Amino acid sequence: MALQSLDISARSATTTPAPKARKTPELAKLIDISKCIGCKACQVACMEWNDLRDTVNRNVGVYDNPADLSAQSWTVMRFAEVEPAPGKLEWLIRKDGCMHCSDPGCLKSCPAPGAIIRYSNGIVDFHQEHCTGCGYCIIGCPFNIPRISEQDGKAYKCTLCSDRIAVGTEPACAKVCPTGAIVFGTKEDMRLHAAGRVQDLQARGYSQAGVYDPPGLGGTHVMYVLHHADRPGLYSGLPKDPVLSPLVSLWKGVAKTVMNVGLATAVLAAFFHYVSQGPNKEHNEEEVA
Amino acid sequence: MTNHWVDIKNANLILIMGGNAAEAHPCGFKWVTEAKAHNGAKLIVVDPRFTRSAAVADVYAPIRAGSDIAFLGGVINYLLSTDSINHDYVNAYTDLTFLVDEGFAFKDGLFSGYDPEKRSYNKDTWKYQLGPDGYVLTDPSRQHPFCVYQLLKKHYERYTPDMVATVCGTPKEDFLTICKMIAETAAPNKTLSTLYALGWTQHSKGSQIIRTTCMIQLLLGNIGMAGGGVNALRGHSNIQGLTDLGLLSNLLPGYLNLPGESKPRQEPDEATDSPEQPMQPNQPEAVRQSAAAYIARSSLKPLRPNQMSYWQNFGRFFVSTMKAWYGDAATEDNGWCFEWLPKLDKMYDILQVFENMNNGEMNGYICQGFNPLASAPCKIKVSNALSKLKYLVVIDPLATETSEFWQDHGEYNDVDPTKIQTEVFRLPSTCFAEENGSIVNSSRWLQWHWKAADPPGEAISDQRILAGIFLKLREMYAKDGGAFPDPVLNLTWPYLTPHEPTPEELAREFSGKALFDVTDPSDPGKVLVKAGQQLNGFAELRDDGSTSCGCWLFAGCWPETGNLMARRDNSDPYGIGQTLNWAFSWPANRRVLYNRASCDVEGKPFDPSRSLVYWDADKSRWLGSDVPDFNAASPPADGMGPFIMNPEGVARLFAVDKMAEGPFPEHYEPVESPLAVNPFNGGNEAARFNPAARIFASDQDSFGDAAEFPHVCTTYRLTEHFHFWTKHARLNAITQPEQFVEIGEELAREKGIKAGDSVRVISKRGFIVAMAVVTKRIRPLEIAGKKVHTVGVPLHWGFLGVAKNGYLANTLTPFVGDANTYTPEFKAFLVKIEKA
Amino acid sequence: MQLTRRQLMKISAAGLAGSSMVALGMGPAKEALAGVRQFKLQRATEVRNTCTYCSVGCGLLIYSQGDGSLNAKASIMHIEGDPDHPVNRGTLCPKGAGLLDFIHSENRLHYPEYRKPGSKEWQRISWDEAFTRIATLMKEDRDAHFIGKNQHGETVNRWVSTGMLAASASSNETGYLTHKIARSLGMLAFDNQARV
Repeated sequence: MALQSLDISARSATTTPAPKARKTPELAKLIDISKCIGCKACQVACMEWNDLRDTVNRNVGVYDNPADLSAQSWTVMRFAEVEPAPGKLEWLIRKDGCMHCSDPGCLKSCPAPGAIIRYSNGIVDFHQEHCTGCGYCIIGCPFNIPRISEQDGKAYKCTLCSDRIAVGTEPACAKVCPTGAIVFGTKEDMRLHAAGRVQDLQARGYSQAGVYDPPGLGGTHVMYVLHHADRPGLYSGLPKDPVLSPLVSLWKGVAKTVMNVGLATAVLAAFFHYVSQGPNKEHNEEEVA
Repeated sequence: MTNHWVDIKNANLILIMGGNAAEAHPCGFKWVTEAKAHNGAKLIVVDPRFTRSAAVADVYAPIRAGSDIAFLGGVINYLLSTDSINHDYVNAYTDLTFLVDEGFAFKDGLFSGYDPEKRSYNKDTWKYQLGPDGYVLTDPSRQHPFCVYQLLKKHYERYTPDMVATVCGTPKEDFLTICKMIAETAAPNKTLSTLYALGWTQHSKGSQIIRTTCMIQLLLGNIGMAGGGVNALRGHSNIQGLTDLGLLSNLLPGYLNLPGESKPRQEPDEATDSPEQPMQPNQPEAVRQSAAAYIARSSLKPLRPNQMSYWQNFGRFFVSTMKAWYGDAATEDNGWCFEWLPKLDKMYDILQVFENMNNGEMNGYICQGFNPLASAPCKIKVSNALSKLKYLVVIDPLATETSEFWQDHGEYNDVDPTKIQTEVFRLPSTCFAEENGSIVNSSRWLQWHWKAADPPGEAISDQRILAGIFLKLREMYAKDGGAFPDPVLNLTWPYLTPHEPTPEELAREFSGKALFDVTDPSDPGKVLVKAGQQLNGFAELRDDGSTSCGCWLFAGCWPETGNLMARRDNSDPYGIGQTLNWAFSWPANRRVLYNRASCDVEGKPFDPSRSLVYWDADKSRWLGSDVPDFNAASPPADGMGPFIMNPEGVARLFAVDKMAEGPFPEHYEPVESPLAVNPFNGGNEAARFNPAARIFASDQDSFGDAAEFPHVCTTYRLTEHFHFWTKHARLNAITQPEQFVEIGEELAREKGIKAGDSVRVISKRGFIVAMAVVTKRIRPLEIAGKKVHTVGVPLHWGFLGVAKNGYLANTLTPFVGDANTYTPEFKAFLVKIEKA
Repeated sequence: MQLTRRQLMKISAAGLAGSSMVALGMGPAKEALAGVRQFKLQRATEVRNTCTYCSVGCGLLIYSQGDGSLNAKASIMHIEGDPDHPVNRGTLCPKGAGLLDFIHSENRLHYPEYRKPGSKEWQRISWDEAFTRIATLMKEDRDAHFIGKNQHGETVNRWVSTGMLAASASSNETGYLTHKIARSLGMLAFDNQARV
């Protein structure tokens, strides 16, 4: 398939400008946490559709299973028992996964030409045949989403079901969601829908209800409705006002020289072993800090 | 469900109690979120745990497991004392004005007629006063001390908010907030929808918990209304259908009672056709043991003027079923083969059966798609019982624990196979995706499904397995004779390929057909259905042998025009979710039961914005968005009541003799309770727990007390799993891989347990070891001045599957049953917990 | 732009690697082609069904490989919700969404098996052997323990030494046939999963 037939708007480590003549609607997925029951139907549908099977792991004392994202789990539910007001328990359950940023840190960080694509509809997609497994996308991601597969050493994350969207249907997680906590449509429609939800929540006493669509990333194509939009950290550490890591901007200068990935692999492997092993463990500290 | 899944969207208020719809029925729960999003509805969740339903509720209140009647009785008291009742509704459609027998009494937790020896009641005083015309006496002013209203008020005035807080542990202000919200739905244009599941049924008084809710909904005028109702969310995909088809010890298809033997009626268990419709006592044997007498006593005559009393048609249903089963062999002369039916001497529910099995009184057992080692209470008793069988046949698509009860699976099933002499057969059946057929959902919809692929290996359909065994038996009886072969040899078997009856043939058989021309009773010359054709519904059934119908309740699901269960028109012309052309809903394609009660006595809808039916005076018919649950030609002036199955025509707040433990629900403690006395009755030991609960003498030593086992334990499902099935499905095993129990932070601190520690939960009957989930969502409750902790035990693990192996949760549960349904008490019993 | 100490370390490393790569003489890449994954259901056979788990009765679309041709052995490859269904409207819960792994579970039974008294293992048997042996055991028990009349001489025609538990997810058609057969044999120890 040729580049322009896919309405590609950006491509990692590539200098060729993207075609711009056609305008396709920007799409988005809206996750309304106030409607989410944490049932994990989205997790299962995601694995089922994408032919993934994570390992049957241990219970580690919480409902979160699998305990983290992986190359086999592109979305997980994160459960937080919080008391935003004293004595008022809330169980905030956030579906975590790729946010499909307008300004994707992963794509900007990626040294492998064509391994990360942003389509004009807003989807940020990984193309594993070009991926070198360097892991720099993980560092570039403000949400700590991509994961390197133990099987093939390549990076994986949510595709927003680009294969389903390409044929005019909706992502598996949005379709399956039993309570309509996940809805999918044009970004404009999703904004409208979100506004209605915020109104409803405010009427129910959540005065700080709002939409999470971080401007620091040019907006995202996965948005949240939050009861406590002023405190996204309550939702298992959803970052407040995220921006691209300073690393990404620095790396961009290097990427512009455009490397031959095949030759660079050995060097990159040595280099990124450090950056991919390190941050995976330490990323959370940074978020807290 | 009196209503249906989509109808929940019409509610103004939703109460989830005794269930956890978000986790157990997520796609049905969608209509709760729709009601909230589009109808401004509020959601209340009352549960011992802050569940995933609670996570999206407007109001959550904790409650001690097993104290629901105290809570709901408190709601009744609130409604009556604040006069928050729908007066038009209750006056016309309930028995609030009826007079009760003056011998009826209630004292110290017991109703009149209790026999402590037999642990059951003589119900002679649990009845209405009848006039000389045979009709019930009433007092429209509701002042008579024995009118239902006064008795009800008196019974529940003890259920004060303080008592509720003391017994349930629910903070008083939370309770009152909820009462106020519920009371608002007494307005004619406001409805409350109540959703419950096994959290209410699995108690030693589960039926009475549900009755209390029915009473609340009647007082509020919410039964029969769109967005109202008492909605049972059934557990399994076709447990509704299997129950409708009467696959229970004491029923025939369509809730027809199975006849009992005719010993003089001393005890309720001993000589009853079924608990629903007790026989009249002391009839001569000869009269009672005939089809005519059986039909006569089941055909209830109206207790008020102009009432329909639909069970008067019992004979038509019964005779048509017997024609379906025994064909030409069933004649009027032989009472339609009445004698061939087995006669009950007692109930043989699952508890009684395992009791008998454990006593060595049974030789064979067939488990079809059922895993009793995991599902029946007290695993050790079930395991011992199965070991005493001569043969066990397991029919299932999956390898179940029951099929390997004899196998040593280490700590999870520690048995010695060499000591177990049971012959075991394991027969592979198809699953849903590999067959055609219909199943009934909670909305009472019969939905047809189509085969997508062949089963694996040599697996075959249940119908083929049943036919294989039955035809072999029949061949043996034909050849060698044996005990009473007549019903075996004469059972109709009209299937074109005898060893493989098709779903289509069977569906047409239970839907029913005319054996002779069926004519219009008001115009005998007019043929309604020609001989040999499929019937259109149960109105066409006859008691003269001219019709055949395997299940009257399903009659008309497959008329001559074709399979209505396969209909797929989802149009909703009224916008309130009444998709009448989607599948087929019993009875007669009605979607909301008792929908006549959605109108006032004049036939005008209480709420025109979500009207189900109305009386059209010009056309002289009941019309609307639903099929009227009524005589569609009966004008309001005739005064026929909306509760057409009751001989009174109205709903009963006073249950007369229909319940085992009393006409009004009363709070009793669980059999294993943290309290030594029942605060409602001042320490009457006979009424500490349900005085009529199902308890076997042999189990007396298997109950623990609060001194040794201080914590209240409750078992439940998780949303990621379905019973013991999905542990065999990798996708679900991934999302919830390993057995765990949930405890509150305070108990965890007391016991030095941290999240992720391995813990041992111990009851008098055994122990399980699991990971600890420590949570804020379970909080300690103040019960009668004492701090009580709850331990939550999800039930999905076992010793077979792709999930991590674990202990069967029923290792812990007591062998105790509800007094009416004999449902085991899985939701409230005692345990202790320690770090493993 | 604030950098943490750890980020600074990483940047120095990255700068080093970047310059090394340029030194290796990497030129501009060829235009690599990119495409989304092929949509896998294009000509799969779609069959309508109902979820087998809870009582919501969600409509399903079951997709199988193959178009139903004589030579194509259908294998179920994907399941999703039926968007036409009035209740689930295309949605499913985690159990329904995972039905594929139920159907293809490694613990599905493939052939009739038999366990002898005292044995530690299963042995494979044929359907005919199973039916014959089961019918023989049932008949022996029924003939020996059938109660034609009770102690008062009243006809009761019951057989209570063998019992049956009926399924909770089998179809109405199976349930109806089960009931018909069980009662004709005189069974009363007969129950379903309504209680548990």
